[in-house]
Amino acid sequence: MRSQDEEALLEEFERKIEAEEKIEPTDWMPEAYRKNLIRQMSQHAHSEVIGMQPEGNWITRAPSLRRKAVLLAKVQDEGGHGLYLYSATETLGISRSEMIEALQTGVAKYASIFNYPTLTWADVGAIGWLVDGAAIVNQISLQRTSYGPYSRAMIRICKEESFHQRQGYEIMYQLAKGSPEQKKMAQDAMNRFWWPSLMMFGPHDSESAHSGQSMKWKIKRQSNDELRQKFIDQTVPQIEVLGLEMPDPEIKWNEERGHYDSGEINWEEFYQVINGSGPCNHQRIKHHVKAHEEGEWVREAVRAYRAKQAAKKENAA
Amino acid sequence: MDQQQQNLYRFLVGLGDDSVVLSHRLSEWCSNAPYLEEDLALSNVALDYIGRARMFYQYAAEIEGKGRTEDDIAYLRDEREFTNLLIHELPINDFAFTMLRQFFVDVFYCNYLEELCKSSDERIAAIAAKAVKESRYHLKRSEPWIRQLAEGTDESRRRIENALAELENFLGELFEMPAWEVELAEQGIAVDRKALKANWDEYVQQFLKASDIDFAESRLLVQGGREGIHTEHLGHMLSDMQYVQRAYPGQQW
Repeated sequence: MRSQDEEALLEEFERKIEAEEKIEPTDWMPEAYRKNLIRQMSQHAHSEVIGMQPEGNWITRAPSLRRKAVLLAKVQDEGGHGLYLYSATETLGISRSEMIEALQTGVAKYASIFNYPTLTWADVGAIGWLVDGAAIVNQISLQRTSYGPYSRAMIRICKEESFHQRQGYEIMYQLAKGSPEQKKMAQDAMNRFWWPSLMMFGPHDSESAHSGQSMKWKIKRQSNDELRQKFIDQTVPQIEVLGLEMPDPEIKWNEERGHYDSGEINWEEFYQVINGSGPCNHQRIKHHVKAHEEGEWVREAVRAYRAKQAAKKENAA
Repeated sequence: MDQQQQNLYRFLVGLGDDSVVLSHRLSEWCSNAPYLEEDLALSNVALDYIGRARMFYQYAAEIEGKGRTEDDIAYLRDEREFTNLLIHELPINDFAFTMLRQFFVDVFYCNYLEELCKSSDERIAAIAAKAVKESRYHLKRSEPWIRQLAEGTDESRRRIENALAELENFLGELFEMPAWEVELAEQGIAVDRKALKANWDEYVQQFLKASDIDFAESRLLVQGGREGIHTEHLGHMLSDMQYVQRAYPGQQW
């Protein structure tokens, strides 16, 4: 049974959602709304942080000084997004260390795309172009999300992501217009990242576990399938400009629908990778845990130093 | 190139090599640091050094006048042709080692670049003017780290002491002057590194003393970087760094 107060609070909350007013950290919110947001936002933060690894895999091997500087700056941006999103999630009453523990113990998820390996330099281009491109489609929609801190984070992050996507496309363009070896490299990278990029939008609307409630609360603003279609529609002409072969033979303009048709995603693979059996799932978490554990003595030293300084101050007073 | 141009070329490539090699090491921390904040901060420092490398190499390539690019210099020379001072190429080891090296070079570059701003070569002076601001900022970050690690826990202090024992071998080389640099310094283009040693020693000594670490002075021990005599570590770094360029010669990326 809800108390009368709670009824009134819920009514006010629902009025705000209905009126497109943002929910702010100090506002009352249903517990399920808070939990749902923590799940989605922390997953988003973890994705930024884990996403540093596949691209980071090429920082020391970037083929020119300019490319290296741009890639390093980009990966640094992703880390910054992670930091920003962790802070935004903390406004919901969870600490960063709790979130990191959830990541490392497999309780929290991150974008499955980062469980695929980056094998060639072209993969760095494909990730920037396709993965960041898919992320932008999703994040533009999330700029209108109902939770204020998340919405503001998305507005800020989208600006940087569109720069990332351009740098990825620029790498692809250079390769696609380069030597036969380079063109082959670009085609191969696109072929491998195409399907996982489509999977980034999640299961079909009919299969999506969290979608219904998230849409009702306006945490999510557009459905998985709508966003996926939008991504396909904007990306196919870019593939044509690159002069590469379509990664899916079923891609075809459908005049009637006003959209591109495309083939069916391999959902078995989708669930397999989500459930921990992708090529790099273990590698990614092990990497994160290793860096975290190797840094423990540093964090301990910082705590000890602060405690000593505080004690000194107290003695002096 | 006449003698003067050759001197200038070697000088610029040496400074570019120092920067490119250190930036590479710093970039290795990305996604491996003890705090996410440090992933970002160390990447920032790495980016500053890549920027310097590019400016020095671009100028060197112009002086050489053979139509080569910054990337030709960075990616198509072998280990024995790299002329960075050795301290820059040492592996990152642990965070204590990385930060202590950074502190040492930050103190050095704050002083060195300030002098280089007075170079009679305007292009060099302009690069130095940009870079010195970065190094002052880097020092503001490395100093508190050394303080915290030296005075934090027994373990962090032991790690700082171990790092010091290794790095001490490579400090003296910072103040050495190869013949071409002596000539350039006499012309007011380069800086007399030897003249910076006393200040550096005093600054570092005072700073470490406050954390109860005895440091007398930098001594010339291991050397050879400017002659292309490196530690074993550089070759492995270059095989990573140059891999794509070497595997696919003559292509644009």
